[in-house]
Amino acid sequence: MKRILKTSLGACAVLLLGVHLAVAQSDPTAAANGYVNAPHNWQMWFPAAGSPIQAHIDWLMKYVLWIMAGVVGFVGCLMGYAMFRFRASRNPVPGRVTHNTVIEVIWIVVPTLLLAVIIIPSINLIYFEADDSNPYMTVTVTGHQWYWEYSYNSVPGLDYTSYMIPDNQLKPGELRRLTVDHPLVLPIGKKIRFNITSSDVLHGFYIPSLGVQRYAIPGTILTSWTEIPKAGTYYGQCNQICGTGHDAMPIEIKAVPMADYLAWVKTAVANYTANTVPSSPLSSSPQLSSPLPHNQFADAAPGAASPR
Amino acid sequence: MSSTTQHPEIAHGHAEHGHAEHGHAQQSFVRRWLMSTNHKDIGTLYITMAVIGACVGGVLSMIMRSQLMYPHNTIVTSGEEWNAIVTAHGLIMIFWFVMPALIGGFGNWFVPMMIGAPDMAFPRLNNMSFWFLAMGFIFVMLGLLVGHGAGAGWTLYPPLINMHYSPGVATDFSLFSLHLAGISSLLGAINFIATILNMRAPGMSLHKMPLFCWAILVTAFLLLLAIPVLAGAVTMLIMDRNFGTSFFEPSGGGDPVLFQHLFWFFGHPEVYIMILPGFGIISHVVSTFSKKPIFGYLGMAYAMVVIGFVGFVVWAHHMFVSGISTDSRIYFEVATLVIAVPTGIKVFSWIATMWGGAIEFKTPMLWAMGFIFLFVIGGATGVVLANAGIDQILHNDYFLIAHFHYVLSMGAAFAIFAGFYYWIGKMSGHQYPEFWGKVHFWTFFIGVNLTFFPQHFLGLAGMPRRYPDYADAFAGWNFVSSVGAIISGLSTLVFFYILYRIFSSKEALADNYWGEGATTLEWVVPSPAPHHTFEDVPVIR
Repeated sequence: MKRILKTSLGACAVLLLGVHLAVAQSDPTAAANGYVNAPHNWQMWFPAAGSPIQAHIDWLMKYVLWIMAGVVGFVGCLMGYAMFRFRASRNPVPGRVTHNTVIEVIWIVVPTLLLAVIIIPSINLIYFEADDSNPYMTVTVTGHQWYWEYSYNSVPGLDYTSYMIPDNQLKPGELRRLTVDHPLVLPIGKKIRFNITSSDVLHGFYIPSLGVQRYAIPGTILTSWTEIPKAGTYYGQCNQICGTGHDAMPIEIKAVPMADYLAWVKTAVANYTANTVPSSPLSSSPQLSSPLPHNQFADAAPGAASPR
Repeated sequence: MSSTTQHPEIAHGHAEHGHAEHGHAQQSFVRRWLMSTNHKDIGTLYITMAVIGACVGGVLSMIMRSQLMYPHNTIVTSGEEWNAIVTAHGLIMIFWFVMPALIGGFGNWFVPMMIGAPDMAFPRLNNMSFWFLAMGFIFVMLGLLVGHGAGAGWTLYPPLINMHYSPGVATDFSLFSLHLAGISSLLGAINFIATILNMRAPGMSLHKMPLFCWAILVTAFLLLLAIPVLAGAVTMLIMDRNFGTSFFEPSGGGDPVLFQHLFWFFGHPEVYIMILPGFGIISHVVSTFSKKPIFGYLGMAYAMVVIGFVGFVVWAHHMFVSGISTDSRIYFEVATLVIAVPTGIKVFSWIATMWGGAIEFKTPMLWAMGFIFLFVIGGATGVVLANAGIDQILHNDYFLIAHFHYVLSMGAAFAIFAGFYYWIGKMSGHQYPEFWGKVHFWTFFIGVNLTFFPQHFLGLAGMPRRYPDYADAFAGWNFVSSVGAIISGLSTLVFFYILYRIFSSKEALADNYWGEGATTLEWVVPSPAPHHTFEDVPVIR
C-alpha cells in the first residue's frame, strides 16, 4: 500500500507540471482581413477563442482536462502495474489484505482536494458568463422552425430572418450547412447581449467560438452575452432537437468595425421597408464619412436586465 | 469486520443436488415461459428481452453511423425519420437493453441465490413485471414504425413533443411504452426490496450481503423514488397532447422548463440505475479472478448508497443552458462533482482488490478491466462536463455523446458482458469458448473506442447532437467513428457465434467452475442451477 502512496505523490507532481504548461499556453490569433472562424476537418480542440468568454472557457477546459488526464493516467498506471505484478503466473498465492484505513482515507481526501482545485476557478467562470450587465447593445434572437430571427432592440424596425443556404444553391466559398442568407451583423469590441427566445419549440442558440449557448424557449427570454475583439465571420448551429430541420438552421455572425456596422445599420434600416436586407457587409467598403455617434444604437438603459 | 464479511461461508444445509430438475420437467412450454413464476425462468426471459433490445437498438445505431459516415448522405431520407431513429435508439437501449439485462436479468437470477432465498418475494408480481416490459417493447416499436415515428428525442422535451409539432399516434405509443416500462420497473423494484430485506438466509446480515445484492437494493430504491416522477411527467405530456391541458404549454401558463426538471429528476437517478448493478457485477468478477475478497467491503457498499443519494440532488446539471440561475448552476456543479468521491472509492477499491492477488485474465476479468479503465475515462469527461461554465459550450454536442457512451456503451455494456461470461455457465450449464470470448472482448474494445473517442474531438469542434447531416468540416472524425461502429457490429457477430457454441456444447461444468475466488452462494449449487434452489434454508456462519 505504501507503493500506491508513493506512486500517487509522483503522479500529483506530474499533474501539477501539466497544469502549469497548460496555463502558460495562449493563443493570440493574428489579425487578418476576411478572417473566418469555422470548424476545420480533423479539428481536435475548441475553435480559436473569438470572445473573452470562450478564451476563459478554453483556459478552464485545459486546466480541468489536464487534472483529469492526470487522474486517468494515474489509475491506468496503477491498473497496469497491478495486472503485471500480480498476475497469477507471477504471484500464485493471493494475499488476504482487505482493509487499510490510511489508504482508504487518502483516496477520499485527495479526490476531494482535487475537486476543490477545480471548483474555485470554475465558479469564477460561471459568474463571468452570467455578467451580462451594461451591454453596448442588445439583440433579440428568436428561434423558429427552422430559421433564426434577429431583432436589434435599439434600432426600431431592424428585424430580419436568417435562413441556411440550401446545398443546391451554394456559391463557391460558402460553407455547406453553415452559411446563411442574412448573417447577424455585430460591431467588434463592444459588449453585446442576446435576449434569446423561441416562437415554437425549443432551439439552441449555440456559437462555440464565441462561448455562447442558451436554449431558445417559448414564453421565456434567456440572456447571454459576448464581445468580439476581432472582425470576421463566426459560425454556430442550432443545438437542441427541434424537428425535421434541426440541422438546417445554422448561425452566421459577421463581426465588423464600428464604422462598417453603423453604415450597415443605415442601409439595413433603409432597405427594411423594401424587404431586402443586405447580406454581406464585408464585401462593401463603407466610408467613415457616416458621422453617427457611436452610442446612437446603444441600449437606452444599460444594465437593466439581470442574468436569469 | 471479519474477513468473511463479503463472502459468507456455508455451514450446512446447502442446495439439494438430487432435486436438480425436479419441478419444471412436466411443465408445458406455455406454462413454463408465459406463466412463469420462477425467478430463474423470469431472469432468462429478461435476458432474452435484453438481447432483442440490444439487437434492435444496435441496428438503429448502425443505421445512424452509416448515415453519418459521410456528409450529405441520404441513407436516412428525412429529418423526421432520423429523429425517430435517434429517439428509439435511446429509449430501447436504456429501457429494453441495459435495465432488463442488469436488473431483471442478472438481478432475478442471482439476488435470490446470493442471499440464500428460494425465490423472489412476489413470484407473480415478478411475472407481471416482465410482461409489462414486453408489452412496452411492442409500443416503443410502434412509436418507431408507425407514421413518421416519435421524434422528440429520448428526453421527450416539450413543446416539440406536443400534438401541434409531433402529430400522429406514434409519439403517444412511445409515451405509453414508458408507462409500461415504468410500471414494470416499479413492480420489480418493490419485489427486490421485499426480497432483499426479508428473505436473506439466517446469519446473512445486510453487512454480510454480497455487493451485487447491495447494488440491486440501492438501484431498487432509486427506481422506487424516480419512476413515479417520470410517470407523472409522461402523464402530463399525454394530457397536454390529447386532452388540452397546458402543463408545459406557455400560452396556457405552463412551462417547458418544468418538464426538464421533472424529467431529469427521474433521468439522473436513471443513469445510476443503469450503472450501479454493473458496479456490483464488477466487484464480484474482480474479486473472483484476483482470488481475494473485495477490498474495503463496507466502503464499497456505502459508496453505492452515497452515489444513490447524491444522484437525486444533481438533476439540473442537465439544464445548465436552460436558464437556471447563476447560484443554481454553482450548486448543481458542486453537488455533481461530489459524486466523483464515492466513485473514486469504488475504482480504487477494485484496484486494491487486485493488489496482491493472483490475477487470472479470463474473459470476464478482461471485460471488468475494460470497464474500470473506460469508466474512469467517462468519469473524467463527466467531471469536465459538470463544470457549468465549460458546459455552456459542451452541452448537447458530441463531447457529451462521447461522455455518456463511455459510461454506458462501455460502462454498462462491458459490465453486462462481464456478468454474462461470469455467470453463463451457472445459468446454462455450459461454458463459453475462452478463445472466442477474448476475441469478442478485444474486437468490441477496439470498436467502441474507435467509435466514441473521436466524438470528443467532434464535440470540441462544435458538432451538435441529433444531426443527420453536418458541415463538411466534421467529415474526418465522423468517418473514423463509423469505421469503429462497423468493427463493434462485427464483434457482435462473434458474440452470436459464442452463443451458438454455448448452447450446442455438451460439456458439463462443476458447481464452482471459477475455483477459490468465487465465494458467493450461487457457486454452491450445481451448474446449471436447479429449477428450485435452497429448498432447505442455508445457514451463513
